[in-house]
Amino acid sequence: MKKSRLPFYTTLLVLAFFYLPIAVLILNSFNASRFSSAWEGFSLVWYRKLVTQREILHALTNTLVIAFTATAASVVLGTTAAFALHRFGTRLQRLHYVLIYTPLVVPEILMGMSLLLFFVAIGVKLGLFTIFLAHVTFCISYVAMVVLARLQDFDFSIVEAAQDLGAGWWVTLWRVLLPLLAPGIAAGALLAFTLSIDDFVISFFVAGPGSTTLPIRIYSMIKHGSPPLINALSTILLVLTFALVWVSQRLVKEKP
Amino acid sequence: MKVEQRSRLTEWLVTAPSFAWLAVLFVAPTLIVFAITFKPPDPYGGLGPGWTLGTLRSLADPNYPAIIWRTLWLSVLNTAFCILLSVPTGYHIARAPLRVRQMILLLVIVPFWTSFLIRIFAWKILLHPDGLLKQALVHLHLVQPNALLLYNARAVLLVMVYTYLPFAILPIYAAAEKFDFTLIEAARDLGAHQLRAFFSVFIPGIRRGLMTAILVVFIPSLGSYVIPDIVGGPSSQMIGNKIAQRTFVDRNLPHASGLSAFLTLAVLVPLAGALFLQGKRAKPTDIVLEDA
Repeated sequence: MKKSRLPFYTTLLVLAFFYLPIAVLILNSFNASRFSSAWEGFSLVWYRKLVTQREILHALTNTLVIAFTATAASVVLGTTAAFALHRFGTRLQRLHYVLIYTPLVVPEILMGMSLLLFFVAIGVKLGLFTIFLAHVTFCISYVAMVVLARLQDFDFSIVEAAQDLGAGWWVTLWRVLLPLLAPGIAAGALLAFTLSIDDFVISFFVAGPGSTTLPIRIYSMIKHGSPPLINALSTILLVLTFALVWVSQRLVKEKP
Repeated sequence: MKVEQRSRLTEWLVTAPSFAWLAVLFVAPTLIVFAITFKPPDPYGGLGPGWTLGTLRSLADPNYPAIIWRTLWLSVLNTAFCILLSVPTGYHIARAPLRVRQMILLLVIVPFWTSFLIRIFAWKILLHPDGLLKQALVHLHLVQPNALLLYNARAVLLVMVYTYLPFAILPIYAAAEKFDFTLIEAARDLGAHQLRAFFSVFIPGIRRGLMTAILVVFIPSLGSYVIPDIVGGPSSQMIGNKIAQRTFVDRNLPHASGLSAFLTLAVLVPLAGALFLQGKRAKPTDIVLEDA
């Protein structure tokens, strides 16, 4: 039977489409020319200039502080949420599911705008703390979904067995439940961490003076700055992301 | 009785944290958007005292219908292109040998993890008048040397498809992976043409994945703001750009919240439909081909 080659060619086209811009960007970061149209030889000049930019380092520090704290908080909230959604089939949980699911599809600009108005209305000063609150809000849903997916093939009779053998709930939690769920929780944490590091729209709306994050910095560089510097910065970030994806893939593969 | 009470207590303990957090920082802010539409602005970018219908009246700006229409149109086109590309891709990935499948999936996921601003910026470089793509197309006589590839609605659409495509491929692949491909062979054995087998057996078989893909592309598209901001021009503005402009340039929060309230209502309709369908999913009577 003859098989159509169309799906194969579409896949190739899609992959080329995905990687062409990224490849050109990486290549250009090593281009000595200020303009991307001509190749004037291999150079690290843009990377050297990048190191002298103090604002970037400051923005990176802000980004990392928010990413670590928001990940920690959303992992706790997201994991308990996933557990509740999985364990109990009550009407409360159906409402809970809608609450968890909706932030995943609502456009970012709406979340950013509504949080900005909320903070202005209740008089909270905009800054790192408001960015932290906003990031936890959208990360909870992602963590909950990833952990929930892991719980689907989790055998709860293990928990019952532990309790039958006399383990209290604290021991069951720390010695049975959490170790078994660890890969799912780690994958959720990694997703929350990358989403937090990458977020621009929501952060832009709830940021205040002095709380510039790396994506906000990159945005203003795109708007007003020098393209070769952004190329260099982007290449560094891409390499870091590839490393993170690689680690997360290793975590996902370790299924018990 | 005691066991039931304990289970109720456990449920509250694990539900309350995330429930309360999202009620305060997601539901309340969404409702506040509607309330602030009726507040007057103050000259310092804050909110004045009292209530007014002024914002509602100023939303009757004659520019808005064109922007709303463009937002809707670009979102529909974006969704259509994403589905058109992701159905064959999802099909191919699902039928590929395991190692190839993992490889392609990884390649699809990586852009999803990389910075979204950087990917948009990469297109700006590529489409720039001095950029590589422009030069190549001129060289191949596919575009005029003075044609502008950037700062128009076509550039916005191209980058939207680029950004949202992974979101469409993943759910379609997930549905295709569960699809029983022997059904296509059965249809062919019964005399169905290749295309007919594809459209009347495969497509209905993956319709859950299709629904999810349409939803996760269409709804966020309606709120696009960064893409038209970076690769679009004044003639390709979307509602998102207007919301940002009212917030950061005009510093008129009530006006921005009026537009956000409108967008929220526009998003709620497809979302409620999706949640309704999701609620129906749990039925055990579901079989793959119930309406094929």
